[in-house]
Amino acid sequence: MAKYLKQDDLGSWLKELGKTYKVIAPVEEGDAVIFRPLTDERTLRIDRQATQGPKGVLFPACEELVSFKYGKDPEKPEKVTVDIQETVDAEPTLIFGSRPCDARGFDVFDNAFTKCSVKDSYYMARREQAVVVSLACTKTETTCFCNWVGGAPDGKGGSDVLLTPITGGYLVESVTDKGAALLDSPLLSEATGEHTAEAEKLLAAARESLREAPDFKCVPEQLYNLFDNMDFWEKQAAKCLSCGACTYLCPTCHCFNITDEQQGNQGSRIRSWDNCMSRLFTEEASGHNPRPTKAHRLKNRVGHKFCYFPDMHEGHIACVGCGRCIKSCPVALDIREVVTAAKECRLPEEETADD
Amino acid sequence: MTKIKNPYLPEMATVKEIIQETHNIKTFRVVLNNEQRMKDFKFEPGQVGQLSIFGVGESTFVINSTPTRMDYLQFSVMAAGEVTQRLHALQEGDEIGVRAPLGNWFPYEKMKGKDVVIVGGGIGMAPLRTLLLYMIDNRDDYGKITVIYGARTPQDLSYSYEFEEWAAAKDMNLVLTVDNEAPGWDHKVGLIPNILLEESPSPENTVAVTCGPPIMIKFTLQALKKLGFEDENIYTTLEKRMKCGVGLCGRCNIGSSYVCVDGPVYSFAELQKLPNEL
Repeated sequence: MAKYLKQDDLGSWLKELGKTYKVIAPVEEGDAVIFRPLTDERTLRIDRQATQGPKGVLFPACEELVSFKYGKDPEKPEKVTVDIQETVDAEPTLIFGSRPCDARGFDVFDNAFTKCSVKDSYYMARREQAVVVSLACTKTETTCFCNWVGGAPDGKGGSDVLLTPITGGYLVESVTDKGAALLDSPLLSEATGEHTAEAEKLLAAARESLREAPDFKCVPEQLYNLFDNMDFWEKQAAKCLSCGACTYLCPTCHCFNITDEQQGNQGSRIRSWDNCMSRLFTEEASGHNPRPTKAHRLKNRVGHKFCYFPDMHEGHIACVGCGRCIKSCPVALDIREVVTAAKECRLPEEETADD
Repeated sequence: MTKIKNPYLPEMATVKEIIQETHNIKTFRVVLNNEQRMKDFKFEPGQVGQLSIFGVGESTFVINSTPTRMDYLQFSVMAAGEVTQRLHALQEGDEIGVRAPLGNWFPYEKMKGKDVVIVGGGIGMAPLRTLLLYMIDNRDDYGKITVIYGARTPQDLSYSYEFEEWAAAKDMNLVLTVDNEAPGWDHKVGLIPNILLEESPSPENTVAVTCGPPIMIKFTLQALKKLGFEDENIYTTLEKRMKCGVGLCGRCNIGSSYVCVDGPVYSFAELQKLPNEL
């Protein structure tokens, strides 16, 4: 059952929800739009895609996993002891204003962090307490390709509530039971047939505005076929700078590093986002590196998203088509072009056979 | 809220004994501080663990003791990077963090009733020692055991204080080799794959297990194939840079296989199916 929220009541609704949840929403920060705790001093910006998605709310760019403290045993002063404590920082959190592609990113995280034999207790603690209110896209950008990878401008995956902007306000639909509880507010009224018809018309236009989705069924097999074809990968990676902007802005990239920091007799074990486009990502202590060039690393990044991850997670592609990696790439490397080239690349032996 | 085990939280352990194996390898025998946990601790031969020096970091090492001798957990460490250098500076009685057991293990159940050939090079003998001791302690479950263990010089062989015990096991052929002649050395001289070909163990009802530097593994695999070993009957352990050790950080993958959970033990047949990215 859908509801209607007047534009003028959005602020009051968020204030009301703020009594139960810490509300995180896209706000202006310089020229960028970033997910931050919503306060009176900050300006909400939901009229355009955020510069960076909300993955950091559930998977912070940097967080303490364990704190430690060195001490002396009073009984045996010559003996140094170590006291360690786990740190889990989780509270009821509402992520407001994510786009359907970003919300689908949490589906990828759920697969990676909660459905394997070992589960990430830090992500799970936050995910369980989080509720995601997404905003459907009635306008798309040239870099958007959610429809290529199983999404849509009004996709519901990963969201608990979906808002669609219509005249004077929003059509509000609950996706999960967790989301339904949020609709129980006197600020929302029953949606009318006109409201739903208008939303459907806008969304149909948005879907229509996206480039037609190519058939990606053969991509995993083709990526395996191309694994040893370094000429192909070197050509694809030629302009890559290995800067890693694509991974940090990606709503699905979840690789991380663990490092220690110590000051005096105490410190922290820190987890931080890592970047598979960096040479050091796989360099071993012996100096051996299984991915020594940027071509090897791009191959792994594309392979992980379109081949290895689907292999591990029932065909689920680890790309949501948000297009940030294209929009923010300093050399305009376009993952759509790489995957399409892989899909269409004929293997040398096939070419020879045809000649 | 669901309370699940924190996979990143190490357990504190105390170093009980340190053995200087070679000029750059030390063995650490450690015991978990929580007595009950130590009593309940279970692992399989070939599984690995992460050792922590708080303030420096963690690194992965095989638990090279055997579950049949649970007085301590043993790790052998070659000094290579920052964590290993700091591990080498430890004194007996010092505390370290341990996250273990992690990863898969040697298929010792499937190997029962078969002959076993173990081919180890340098520090690569560490994981093989686990399997060897396990088989010695369950001697009647296995057929003939051939161990070919080599290093550059006699001084680079670890566990030399145990060679007598290994050699004394029933139906055992222990072959030691070094790359060049050395004073007082009365064992084999020559590269491991050549010695393997010279020993020429029968592939009939036999499983081969190898570990060592990548170049040694490469030529040992070729030698095993030459001797007629099937891909399914050859096992090796892989080394990759690891961080989390539990299949979450996304670093040690070969295609869709994570070495820290799906490995470190792979059959040669399994490796053939993975992308060529060693």
